[in-house]
Amino acid sequence: MTTTATTSADTGTEAPAVTAAARRKKLVPYWLLLPGILWLVVFFAAPLVYQASTSVQTGSLEEGFKVTWHFATYADALTEYYPQFLRSVAYSATATVLCLALGYPLAYLIAFKAGRWRNLLMVLVIAPFFTSFLIRTLAWKTILSDGGPVVSALGSLHILDVTNALGVTEGHRVLATPLAVVCGLTYNFLPFMILPLYTSLERIDPRLHEAAGDLYATPLTTFRKVTFPLSMPGVVAGTLLTFIPATGDYINAELLGSTDQKMIGNVIQSQFLRVLDYPTAAALSFILMAAILAMVTLYIRKSGTEDLV
Amino acid sequence: MTATAPTAGSSGTDVRLTAISKRYGSFTAVHPLDLAIPAGSFFALLGASGCGKTTTLRMIAGLEDPTTGSVELAGKDVTALPPHKRPVNTVFQSYALFPHLDIYENVAFGLRRRGIKSVKKQVGDMLDLVQLGDFARRKPHQLSGGQQQRVAVARALINHPQVLLLDEPLGALDLKLRRQMQLELKRIQTEVGITFVHVTHDQEEAMTMADTVAVMNGGRVEQLGAPADLYETPRTTFVANFLGTSNLITADVLGTSGDDILLRACDTKLTLPATRCTTTARTGEKLLIGIRPEKITLTHADDAGTIPDGRNRITGRIADSSFIGVSTQYVIDSPVGPGLSVYEQNIERDSRLAPGAEVVLHWNPGHSFGLDAAQSVEAGTDAGEGT
Repeated sequence: MTTTATTSADTGTEAPAVTAAARRKKLVPYWLLLPGILWLVVFFAAPLVYQASTSVQTGSLEEGFKVTWHFATYADALTEYYPQFLRSVAYSATATVLCLALGYPLAYLIAFKAGRWRNLLMVLVIAPFFTSFLIRTLAWKTILSDGGPVVSALGSLHILDVTNALGVTEGHRVLATPLAVVCGLTYNFLPFMILPLYTSLERIDPRLHEAAGDLYATPLTTFRKVTFPLSMPGVVAGTLLTFIPATGDYINAELLGSTDQKMIGNVIQSQFLRVLDYPTAAALSFILMAAILAMVTLYIRKSGTEDLV
Repeated sequence: MTATAPTAGSSGTDVRLTAISKRYGSFTAVHPLDLAIPAGSFFALLGASGCGKTTTLRMIAGLEDPTTGSVELAGKDVTALPPHKRPVNTVFQSYALFPHLDIYENVAFGLRRRGIKSVKKQVGDMLDLVQLGDFARRKPHQLSGGQQQRVAVARALINHPQVLLLDEPLGALDLKLRRQMQLELKRIQTEVGITFVHVTHDQEEAMTMADTVAVMNGGRVEQLGAPADLYETPRTTFVANFLGTSNLITADVLGTSGDDILLRACDTKLTLPATRCTTTARTGEKLLIGIRPEKITLTHADDAGTIPDGRNRITGRIADSSFIGVSTQYVIDSPVGPGLSVYEQNIERDSRLAPGAEVVLHWNPGHSFGLDAAQSVEAGTDAGEGT
């Protein structure tokens, strides 16, 4: 396009060629997007549509399911399983708060104080991922087993009395109680909290701490007014990465809880795989998805992080 | 020190460093150093990177603990105080503005931390002082480098510190803006009358702005004085080379004649007023004689007879010349030393002064200076930026 020294006779033939090349160039980004879009269509959009249609079907496994636009399944599913919904949100919210409480100091330490140990500590944070989620949760079953060292220690330290009073454990056991499930969730999702927290803390220029100290801020005020606000993108990302999967999780409740600790993930799993009531399972999945979307939207709006990034 | 009241007047000492030093393991960043900075002055710590100037500044701010020695601010020992308890504020090298706060809140930060509720008027006045009144609600990243720099100054100055510390505050700006901000900072300092301690590696910046310059090298202060004194009478080869350019010629001391020292460099006789020599000149020993390039006059060898008596003269041949507008810079090879530099103002240009021409270099002996010949002639030559 730079060689515009063409005669008027040539321009008639050359101009289309140039624009064709330009058009091809413009299309490059779309070609690059194509594999990703294909993947999404095949593995996300298509199953979603299929699921949506399943949720409004009626019938039975023997006679086959038909789309009858039976939206009552949603209402029925919600009325029948709302305790599990609420429990899921409560467990996962508690686990998220615990993850934040445990993860923030650790991420802070790694980002600002660890010096040459920084990389090693980060490896240790990620290390649990080298074992499968299932095995790690099963390990917790052993750790918290009745009469095991952890439970007896908690008992002799009278911590179990406190947790019993709070209603999160029962009698002389931890397994098959809300405490066990929340502990499992907290443990399993902790790295998802630490990684984004670390990333956002690590990006903070340490000179900002010096500047705050120089401007009469005590270390605590520096944290409140500078460090914490600047780490908000990490806090938001970390809580979302913990809360969203934890709400839908069923392994922890399955392995560490009893029937009284069933979360919505367990219900969906059993509806799909055991009861074989596909419409109810699909409807529950959609309700869960909608509920999480609504909560997350509200949360992001309130924390107003787009200003920070 | 008598009980000096912390007056922000033009008398007394604001910052007193006593035998202060800093070691990191086996590396000594700052050798024991004594420094007294008068109240209300614009003081510059000048040196190449790694010379200990920033460490010295950070010890005054409390961001670095001295290994030995003490820091006194307005007569009060603050060595043990953390930064947030010291009456100093710092303008950081990369400004360190709080990215999540707008300009207004950045400037108000120090006031709020000290529990001052009504900050509006002060912040407004301060933003006006740095000419950023219209930018109060912008975020730092929406401002240009020069504007951010002014915010950093305002954020520090609003606290009326006893001393304002500036750590290479203009390093990130381009040349033109840097020149502009130098004058701006000087104006602000004159206006508010607060003691400024400025760290820089730019000798021109230090000379433009400061009343007093301390030239640092290898963790020590090489020389301290007014910019003109440092330039005209450097006491070490480092200062001679780091501040501007110097021609340093090694000469033998022949003796003295009246107030002059008689010297010889390669069969050329030179004189140097004894008052211009900062070291003792002993007959038979060597001495370095220094002369600034712009103090030398070039005369074509054919006109050597027109040179007045009483001037030092050496002969040479022009190796190179470059015309740079206000002056022409010559590189001259002479028996006393290769690569002597001479700057001639472009008033009446002698067309014969071209590479290859035989010339006589001559200067008023009072414009040269004598240095101890035991030092490296090269010290400070690579360290400076530009000329």
